[in-house]
Amino acid sequence: MARLIRMDRSGHTTVAEWTAGDAAAVEAAVAAFREQLDAGYYASVSTGPGHAEQVRELPPDAELVILRRPIAGG
Amino acid sequence: MTAPVLPETAAVYWRPRLDAARLRRRGHGWTIATLAHTIPFLATAALLLALEPLSFPVAAIAVVHAWGIPALYANRGAGVVRPRRRFGAASERAALGLLADLVGHDARDLHARTGLVLERGRLGVWLVGEAGALLVRPGGRRVDCWCVKVDDDLPSADRTAHLLLALREDEEGFATVANLAFSGAAWRLRRRLPAAMRPALAAARARA
Repeated sequence: MARLIRMDRSGHTTVAEWTAGDAAAVEAAVAAFREQLDAGYYASVSTGPGHAEQVRELPPDAELVILRRPIAGG
Repeated sequence: MTAPVLPETAAVYWRPRLDAARLRRRGHGWTIATLAHTIPFLATAALLLALEPLSFPVAAIAVVHAWGIPALYANRGAGVVRPRRRFGAASERAALGLLADLVGHDARDLHARTGLVLERGRLGVWLVGEAGALLVRPGGRRVDCWCVKVDDDLPSADRTAHLLLALREDEEGFATVANLAFSGAAWRLRRRLPAAMRPALAAARARA
């Protein structure tokens, strides 16, 4: 089952779970995904060892989509 | 196909995007600044001793300054990876589980021992911490210390995971957003790192 998780104070929270064949679950995950992006989160998907890609649309075939906050120079 | 660009770079639009050539130039700039701080004090010490050997105490103070100023910069650089405050054990554990999922076995083991995640990039070998990262340049002799922050209310492993993901998305963008706290010799930085983190620096230098 694919997961959309958000890194937060609790460590991380599962925002949505779906399987590619479950249209309703995908639709709910897409809505949750957009809500998180509107709240200022960035979404990242691993694309292989040492590589990640930022996504603006929920990739339904991804295993894991991670929501992170913006970084800034310290 | 265009390369992915970290969106956070928009917040520092005035900075030219960092690449290997710019990084080298910035490193040279740091070397020149270090020499500019060191040479006058050493020259003063030498001159004093040449003119009057009894001025040895003053010459010694000048030598201490020549040594101390670069050491202070290195200390600032080491500060970017020093551990920050911890949250509750449960949230730290959950965050650590996610971070462990993002890295391989060796990096996981190194993180458990040193608190730093080793990540190979195109600019060199990175050691990612909670509030910054060290970049060990190819050859392992020079290290750049980058200060990067994410919200303080996150568990430490989550802060590291934030930086790691951003680095993986766009390495040059990551270095553009980050503030350079120190660039210099690895041996100078090593002396200022917490002892527990030194094996991570050694591992990164071995791979650089």
